[in-house]
Amino acid sequence: MPTFVYMTRCDGCGHCVDICPSDIMHIDKTTRRAYNIEPNMCWECYSCVKACPHHAIDVRGYADFAPLGHSVRVIRDEEKGVIAWRIKFRNGEKDMNLLAPITTKPWGKHIPQLADAPAPDKKQRDSQLLFNEPKYIRMDEGGLHTLESNGLKMKEGVYY
Amino acid sequence: MAYKTIVEDNIDVLVCGAGLGGTGAAWEARYWGQDKKIVIAEKANIDRSGAVAQGLYAINCYMGTRFGENNPEDHVRYARIDLMGMVREDLLFDMARHVDSAVHQFEEWGLPLMRNPKTGAYQREGRWQIMIHGESYKPIVAEAAKKSADKVYNRVCVTHLLMDDAKKNRVAGAVGFNVRTGNYHVFKSKTVVVGAGGASNIFKPRSVGEGAGRVWYAPWSSGSAYGLLIEAGAKMTQMENRIVLARFKDGYGPVGAYFLHLKTYTQNCLGEEYESTWFPELQKMVGKEYLDPEASHRTHRPIPTCLRNHALINEVNAGRGPIHMVTMEAFQDPHLEEIGWHNFLGMTVGQAVLWAATDVNPKYENPELTTSEPYVMGSHATGCGAWCSGPEDVSPPEYFWGYNRMTSVEGLFGAGDAVGGTPHAFSSGSFTEGRLAAKAACQYIDDGKAEGIRVSQEQIDRRKAEIYKPMEHYKTYRNEITAGSVNPNYINPRQGLDRLQKLMDEYCGGVTVNYMTNEKLLHIGLKKLKIMEEDLEKIGAENVHELLRAWELKHRHRASESVMQHTLFRKETRWPGYYYRGDAMKLDDENWHVLTVSRRDPETGEYTMEKAPCYHLVGEGEDE
Repeated sequence: MPTFVYMTRCDGCGHCVDICPSDIMHIDKTTRRAYNIEPNMCWECYSCVKACPHHAIDVRGYADFAPLGHSVRVIRDEEKGVIAWRIKFRNGEKDMNLLAPITTKPWGKHIPQLADAPAPDKKQRDSQLLFNEPKYIRMDEGGLHTLESNGLKMKEGVYY
Repeated sequence: MAYKTIVEDNIDVLVCGAGLGGTGAAWEARYWGQDKKIVIAEKANIDRSGAVAQGLYAINCYMGTRFGENNPEDHVRYARIDLMGMVREDLLFDMARHVDSAVHQFEEWGLPLMRNPKTGAYQREGRWQIMIHGESYKPIVAEAAKKSADKVYNRVCVTHLLMDDAKKNRVAGAVGFNVRTGNYHVFKSKTVVVGAGGASNIFKPRSVGEGAGRVWYAPWSSGSAYGLLIEAGAKMTQMENRIVLARFKDGYGPVGAYFLHLKTYTQNCLGEEYESTWFPELQKMVGKEYLDPEASHRTHRPIPTCLRNHALINEVNAGRGPIHMVTMEAFQDPHLEEIGWHNFLGMTVGQAVLWAATDVNPKYENPELTTSEPYVMGSHATGCGAWCSGPEDVSPPEYFWGYNRMTSVEGLFGAGDAVGGTPHAFSSGSFTEGRLAAKAACQYIDDGKAEGIRVSQEQIDRRKAEIYKPMEHYKTYRNEITAGSVNPNYINPRQGLDRLQKLMDEYCGGVTVNYMTNEKLLHIGLKKLKIMEEDLEKIGAENVHELLRAWELKHRHRASESVMQHTLFRKETRWPGYYYRGDAMKLDDENWHVLTVSRRDPETGEYTMEKAPCYHLVGEGEDE
């Protein structure tokens, strides 16, 4: 649902501008604070809400079908690797706190630098295998599936 | 204009659009091209771009061969029946045999995959889906892409591919502009992998006003995969195969976990099961080969998604709407209730916002479902996209021309939404396709296929003038009027988008006409699109942001034209529930058990349509 920015919390740092996938969080030239320039191109993806260091951005449900008075807030903690949500109903009857992990490892540390991996030989290049295959397909010694290995062929027409 | 021209030269692999497909391509390219120059151009920020920007709660394509669950051919048969037979089985088989290796690496990189405590295998949602805590799915794969790429150009919207001036039908890079600085960017490259997105917002959405952004597929999915490829003269396939989604009303929250994991089900306003009541009549339209509830019950072969849509649409038209999702049983279990909410927060936060705003507690109330406006894309349960070569060891001659995932333009590859005939790839399959395309692109270069590429200054200057024309046009005519948005010389991008959506809706089978079209309507629609193209030459952009919207609109328009041409060509109703050809309401296997292939001549704008043979896998494990 479209985002909006609280005047007293925003300091115009531009994190939201940097992250918005739709290019709709811009800095207002007069107030020097962020705002949503095109609410009807907002996907309520919360990327900017999560990125804001001051929790200055919130969401108000689309005016064409969402009544006022609800709240869905979020804190995403990269260090701890968790995301915490709070959902409050319009009528106050439901107030939920939900927590979920966002990663199981320190950021980026377990992604190999492929420039430093042992270079593939000609046989690998000419094969159908990708990096780390076939090992990573089944995590055992099994090979890549082929039509032949699986007793299959491709045939034109309707056969099912 | 005072915008700088920034040239990035000597690129080996250029990735245009880095969602799941593009990040997979950039990452893998480094392994096969350790000394190669790999560059990403992305109109947003790759940490949160593409359809997975907000996260996912499931990976919908995972074989689980390591747990003895499925083989690649099982996936092919599943996607084939879901798409009423119209798929590229070579590409599907190839994607399916590699996809597990991508998923296993995601887990190693830190993506939290849920495990079944009893078996130790990944937690299945259904036969194909595994459950994840995927809020940071995109930032994690972006890290991988950044490790491999020499340079990442965020906020550069690619508008056109560059073509080789030395050799016909060979790609030479791409051009675009920075949506913040306005600078002109030229990328000269030996190969290009298009990982750009499919198309939301080309059919009029159900929502109005502010809610127009509440679309099922991301509003930034501007059909650039198709705009770029069609303009370069690449052949396209199955562009008529748009998708309509049955989803929670207004918020379009996902239903997969609800159906499969929470075991919720649908009923009409009278509390009755309605779906099967439409099947006898529907069976007469599509034939027993495609709809056989008894066989489906016996073999767990799914009922095609479009046919289930058909039942929903017809039940509502019969006056027994709304259709409800029965959640009140499942949500009594606090664990399942929590999953129901997490499912939205992980990938469609807006649905949680909507239920909070309307006090819908699914524990005490069964929420409404609806069918969405149509979308044109190639990675979810539909297969629009470019006509690409398959792998050498699987593809028959008609499907193979040298390099895996290469389009009909030399050196031009696709991944994700860009590749046609490969539905049910989803996030993991798109990433895998990117990897396959990247390896093939490196082979193409190593084989010496990219020698002697020449890009003339004339081509670079011509594209530059074309890109900035909307801003020039605006400047020229703005002061002819006092103020406001009404001008006899130009329309703005929003006005253009409204026009496109209205005509696609009314003439090409959108939601307000109950997904119905016919030959006469399509001819009128094509005529209107042609005239609209003249107006797109006169589109006005007040600033660089509007220039972005102008080019997104141009890509959407080109994608729409292709959809219209393909819909006209296929004279049958292959996917009732996605769209209907009112003048050919039956599925016609005798004439149309084929893939549709088009090419738009970039010089003349004329379309050539052809039928390509449909090959199927036959062999062990056939379930019918």
